[in-house]
Amino acid sequence: MITLKLALRSLWNRRFTATLTILTIALSVSLLLGVDKIRESARESFTQTVSGTDLIVGARSGPIQLLLYAVFRIGDATNNVSWESYQKIIKHRQVAWAIPISLGDSHRGFRVLGTTDAYFEHLRYRQDRKLEFTSGAPFADLYDAVIGADVARELKYALGQKIVVAHGAAVVNLQQHDDKPFTVVGILKPTGTPADRTVHVSLQAIEAIHVDWRGGTRAPGRYAVDAEKARTMALEPKAITAFYLGLKSKIATFMIQRGINEFPEEPLLAIMPAVALQQLWNLLGVAEKALLVIAGFVVLTGLLGMLSAILTTLNERRREMAILRSLGARPRHIFVLMISEAGALASAGVVLGVGLTYALIALTRPLLEARAGIFISLDVLSMNQWLILLGIIASALLIGAVPAWLAYRRTLNDGMTIRT
Amino acid sequence: MSLKSCVSLRDIRFGFGPQQDVLNIAALDVQRGERLFIQGPSGSGKSTLLGVIGGVLTPTAGTVTVLGESLNAMSAARRDRFRADHIGFVFQQFNLLPYLNVLDNVTLPLEFSPLRRKRALEGGQTPALVAKELLRMLDLNDSRLLKRAATELSVGQQQRVAVARALIGSPELIIADEPTSALDTDTRERFLTLLFDACAQSGITVLFVSHDHTLKGAFDRVLDLNVLNAVPA
Repeated sequence: MITLKLALRSLWNRRFTATLTILTIALSVSLLLGVDKIRESARESFTQTVSGTDLIVGARSGPIQLLLYAVFRIGDATNNVSWESYQKIIKHRQVAWAIPISLGDSHRGFRVLGTTDAYFEHLRYRQDRKLEFTSGAPFADLYDAVIGADVARELKYALGQKIVVAHGAAVVNLQQHDDKPFTVVGILKPTGTPADRTVHVSLQAIEAIHVDWRGGTRAPGRYAVDAEKARTMALEPKAITAFYLGLKSKIATFMIQRGINEFPEEPLLAIMPAVALQQLWNLLGVAEKALLVIAGFVVLTGLLGMLSAILTTLNERRREMAILRSLGARPRHIFVLMISEAGALASAGVVLGVGLTYALIALTRPLLEARAGIFISLDVLSMNQWLILLGIIASALLIGAVPAWLAYRRTLNDGMTIRT
Repeated sequence: MSLKSCVSLRDIRFGFGPQQDVLNIAALDVQRGERLFIQGPSGSGKSTLLGVIGGVLTPTAGTVTVLGESLNAMSAARRDRFRADHIGFVFQQFNLLPYLNVLDNVTLPLEFSPLRRKRALEGGQTPALVAKELLRMLDLNDSRLLKRAATELSVGQQQRVAVARALIGSPELIIADEPTSALDTDTRERFLTLLFDACAQSGITVLFVSHDHTLKGAFDRVLDLNVLNAVPA
């Protein structure tokens, strides 16, 4: 115990350089831990962009492609799902609920999604979170729209704002559905999911704005149907882009999935979103791992800084070692003394680094959640993170063994001879 | 071996290789309570001799007996323990650990030797009280000194603190290696008087090594290392 006390007193005597070393380690630990925490949250929020949905169904293509357009609104569907097939499938006794979605139009760069009330009722993200409204309510009238948090923030829209939907998904659109403007009646809270960047309208509205369109362009003059006249027409869609399914029993998922994939009337594809999201994340995970490796190297740099800080003291401490030897300290004591210093510096650095990480997360969390929809948990450290911290201290002891061994060897040679 | 023998060396040889002896002593005997002055310039094998007596260096040949116990028979760990228990050292200068205050420097040997701790704390004393008493005896009365960093003291004060550290827990032998070389003449004589008085109280043997022969008058016996050591300097 005396050696630990001596190590601490000796460090205290060099508190300025010791503090710098501890700060270096703390910052690097904080970076590593921060990267790991963000990585963890990013993976969680990504793989739980859709939760509670058992199957996502679209026209037959690849699972990743279906996931990209049906969940992330990236790219376009190769084909649609006919309304008849949709109706047939959702009548299955295992189906608890269904959310149809219809994509294709946009508003100033944000995708417009046609759906039903079921979207607001059944869609879940991140464990069991429901979509909530900052203000307003789901669409009630044919020309009502509900906008995501990012849409509202970036375009500075409030309730009552009139918006015009453009045909297609390009940012610059010449073809506008300006004959049938929408009114914003609801603004969603930030979710960190693609819903933030979506303009939601009813399926009927999608039909209504396209009722007088033929072959990708609006019918000229006399064939045009105005907004009020469209209300009186039959607006049942002929096709949708995809749909989400919730089942009564999870056990039935595989059976229903197979049934849909072998659907005789139409080539369809059903995917389990949790599995597909995980696959996609693994694809993207390379960047995440690279980041972690870089942070790991930063920690190593911090520890090497500690090594050089200890090594530079070694010569001026030769006398101290000789004095300790004369007092009966064994060479083993000298080794322990030196390695305790490394251990103490690294432990202090790790503790400070953890504190720093949590302080930073606590400070930036409200902003990150509101602005970026990134939700970083303030949970206790995960098993993995504990292992990382233990690994850092173990590496510090291993690195600290270098000067400790040098001092040990030197002590054996010097004995009590005071050399300077 | 008589009970009165403190240190006894027989046919000691020490070298860092064959034909490279730095020390060759046929016999050296120090009696208990004796104050022995060993005179020798640097390079005469002084440090080696002290290392051998202190049990830090193992001689290539010969026997070392301290307080009736043979160091040759002991393991390295046992010798370290023996040194902690029975020998106090005072070096040339900068004897103190710079990061400990005066009080902690003086009581440090008690951390390495349970025997000296037991001796020092007999009669319900605390380490701080024992240290204060020793410092008072060495003319360091100012209690404000105790909490000062060792490096803030004058060289003369530092050397006396080093003596207090060597004396705490009453080891049988004090080995002083040029302890006065950094002191001026006046302080030097006062230092010796204080050292001798303190050692006399507990009957402690003093082995004093120095090249400065002006001091030898105060000692019981004087040996010349150049004569003692058969290896030419």
